[in-house]
Amino acid sequence: MRCILLLIAYTSAPLDMRALRSLTFAAAALLGVAAHAGEITVSAAASLTNALRDIAPMFEAAHPGTKVQLNFGASGALLAQIAKGAPVDVFVSADQESMDQAQAQGLVKPGQRRDVVSNTLVVIVPTAAARVPKALGDLSGAGYARIAIGLPASVPVGRYTKGVLEAASLWGAIEPKMIGANNVRQALDYVARAEVDAGFVYATDAALMPDKVKVAFTVPTTRPILYPLATLAGAPNPGEGAKFIDFLYTPPAQAVLARYGFGKP
Amino acid sequence: MSGAWVALALSLKVAGWATALNLVFGVAVGYALARWRFPGKDLVDAALTLPMVMPPTVLGYYLLVVIGSHGVVGSWLLQHFGIRLIFTWQAAVIAATIVAFPLVFKAARAAFENVEPQLEDAARTLGIGEWAVFFRVTLPLAWRGILAGLLLSFARALGEFGATLMVAGSIAGKTQTLSIAVYEAVQAGQDDTANFLVAVTSITCIVVLLSAGRLAPGRVAARG
Repeated sequence: MRCILLLIAYTSAPLDMRALRSLTFAAAALLGVAAHAGEITVSAAASLTNALRDIAPMFEAAHPGTKVQLNFGASGALLAQIAKGAPVDVFVSADQESMDQAQAQGLVKPGQRRDVVSNTLVVIVPTAAARVPKALGDLSGAGYARIAIGLPASVPVGRYTKGVLEAASLWGAIEPKMIGANNVRQALDYVARAEVDAGFVYATDAALMPDKVKVAFTVPTTRPILYPLATLAGAPNPGEGAKFIDFLYTPPAQAVLARYGFGKP
Repeated sequence: MSGAWVALALSLKVAGWATALNLVFGVAVGYALARWRFPGKDLVDAALTLPMVMPPTVLGYYLLVVIGSHGVVGSWLLQHFGIRLIFTWQAAVIAATIVAFPLVFKAARAAFENVEPQLEDAARTLGIGEWAVFFRVTLPLAWRGILAGLLLSFARALGEFGATLMVAGSIAGKTQTLSIAVYEAVQAGQDDTANFLVAVTSITCIVVLLSAGRLAPGRVAARG
């Protein structure tokens, strides 16, 4: 922006209409005003990274002219971006709470929302770990000094974990050992590098690194883990966004999701 | 909001340790580069400047590979001393020290190069030893330039984020520095906390800059 203003000042003396037009065009291009008409931005939970990276090119092939931009992160962090005005068309959250908040803030219209996949919570340990916990209670023992858990303030897997541990009256014992992760994939990475003794992730994440992490046990959650999605009220391209959502329910996309271990809602 | 003060105290502790370590290593390396002649000196200078220009994530990754449990140094520490550095405030100190190191050794090298060798020679003719020449003549003459580098390194260490997050994580009260606490608050959409933390950070930086000007008036203030 600054260089363009400088450029305008510099060329102001012999400025003719053609130069002005090209400058305006350059400014618009730089500022991103002339956004591509067939472009959608999908903000999705980090656990969907691999599956959506496979599905996006399939959608683009089926809808020539539409380009999918994927933005992954903790659902709470994605919600914070959207609430601050990020130009997002589709939001896929890993928990109902983030979508509830989006709805409460008027970012999503109530009728738009539907669940797309389900998942399960598991406890994982590094493959080389000497001991494998058998139940949640084992984690409060001295053998588990560091446990990777998503930060409950912004990371759904952390909320599920906290809910389960609170219900088992173990949160007080385990919270001091918690190594907070900014999203589920970071928790997975901490365990894969053996920097922590155990971690809470989704079954779909654990399945990505079978050589580095092993699943100790599956944790039944207090609420089922269902991923809701919706087009956003302020979507720049709501029509294409809705088509992307429809595409997720088609057999080819469902096959990809199933291949990564996601269940039906 | 007491969490903000804990994060501030931790940031000051980490930056303080990093600056103290850089005082020792930065001055030593700066002196060596200013006074010694050896082949590949430019290459050494460039390699030591890398942490300043490399993306912090690259540095963070290098550190994970070196001091992580599977790393060269990390596995040795774990086996022989049972020390795990990752997710400790000491790991944050290591990251901050390395990131800010070029600011100190560059400033020290320039400062030592500006000291007139005649003054040191004069001290030698008066019969004092090499260590005394360094501490009573060279260092006092170079001190202002070094101090400028140290203040910048303190400020840089205070703001360190990327590499720190990768090696020290974000554990409230343990490794969550001010810059990381701001990031967490924004990620979680906690605007009140973020506003407060940002205000505390801004005021802290202004205080650091003002005391920098007060500590060393003239040259340092103009540089910093």
